[in-house]
Amino acid sequence: MPDRIPGPETSPEGELPGARGELSQGVLDALRGPTGGPAPQPREARDADPFGDDLQLALYLCYELHYRGFRGIDAAWEWDPGLLGLRAALERRFLEALRERTAGHLDVHDALDELLVEPVDGTGVSYFLKDEGQLWQLREYAAQRSLYHLKEADPHAWVIPRLRGRAKAAFVAVEFDEFGGGRAERVHARLFADLMADLGLDTTYGRYVDAASAEMLAVVNLMSLLGLHRAHRGALVGHFATVEVTSSPGSRRLAEAMRRTGAGPAAEHFYAEHVTADAVHEQIVRRDVIGGLLADEPSLAPDIAFGIAATTWLEDRLGDRLLAAWRSGSTSLRAQL
Amino acid sequence: MLVEGPVEVVLEDGSTVRSDRFTVALCTCRRSRTYPWCDTSHRRRSRR
Ligand code: FES
Ligand SMILES: [Fe+2]
Ligand SMILES: [Fe+2]
Repeated sequence: MPDRIPGPETSPEGELPGARGELSQGVLDALRGPTGGPAPQPREARDADPFGDDLQLALYLCYELHYRGFRGIDAAWEWDPGLLGLRAALERRFLEALRERTAGHLDVHDALDELLVEPVDGTGVSYFLKDEGQLWQLREYAAQRSLYHLKEADPHAWVIPRLRGRAKAAFVAVEFDEFGGGRAERVHARLFADLMADLGLDTTYGRYVDAASAEMLAVVNLMSLLGLHRAHRGALVGHFATVEVTSSPGSRRLAEAMRRTGAGPAAEHFYAEHVTADAVHEQIVRRDVIGGLLADEPSLAPDIAFGIAATTWLEDRLGDRLLAAWRSGSTSLRAQL
Repeated sequence: MLVEGPVEVVLEDGSTVRSDRFTVALCTCRRSRTYPWCDTSHRRRSRR
């Protein structure tokens, strides 16, 4: 069983994952050399599948430099103009494709109302795991999700300087809860590491990037993209609201799945905590974060709606991928655990 | 119903539960499975 508390001996950085195609190979080659060295040219992104493994991993590598970086890789790569040029091209491709897939989405209030209705006959991943999920599927789910949860709430923190007044105060209050309310042992990323330990998974940061599917990379890349660009502050808030509004009922089902399979107390606790925490968060986010931002900058309404639509689309796509694999009895991962 | 935390709630059986979250959502619909805390069970449900 891995250590529950990552001690000072574990590196703050992750290991570089393996390539998934020419673009990601080019980024990996660049990172291993000195900054200013050749990175793939922006035009090389033009024909790449916007949701495919190669583009999504290349983008993931660029973004990870802004979080915890990679062991042995010069931290200065974070602001390397050549790599940023490529990143911009990858982002454009990803964003254009997302806009295409979510065209004609509803206005903010309709979109939120839709999220607030609980289907009596839901069929998503959390329903599957609650009713018939087996331990190996819960382990796969946690390994995939660890790409986000081990840095839970971090992508959203970037929006703070771009908000003000009511929206900012409410946003920070929710983030404070995500970051443990001042207690290291309650930081949600830490609660997730404890869940992983219960499931016998390795809690090392970045350990399951190689195993994660392109659909999971895309979910995390959307958060990073929206968080890192002030221009997308409205969409980031829409994204955040989507996560908070849908989390509580989904977490209840996942907590039940953990309990039924005997995954362990910490595994159950992570989701049980999110049932009550996010019942609070979603109300604050709707009333004060969205309400405050719309009062402050009404022109951001379409961006907020886009953030909701893009998040829902990517999450559904990830759910379809996981269920398709599991229903046919096969793994959802690219590498064995 | 949102109230500022921390809060202590005395339940009908006389026992006390406590939450030190910055804000607490109290269940007013009586449907919560984590009563007295709201767990979003109050939401409208529909067939798709
Ligand atoms: S008010 Fe009862 S569950 Fe929310
Ligand atoms: Fe959380
Ligand atoms: Fe939350």
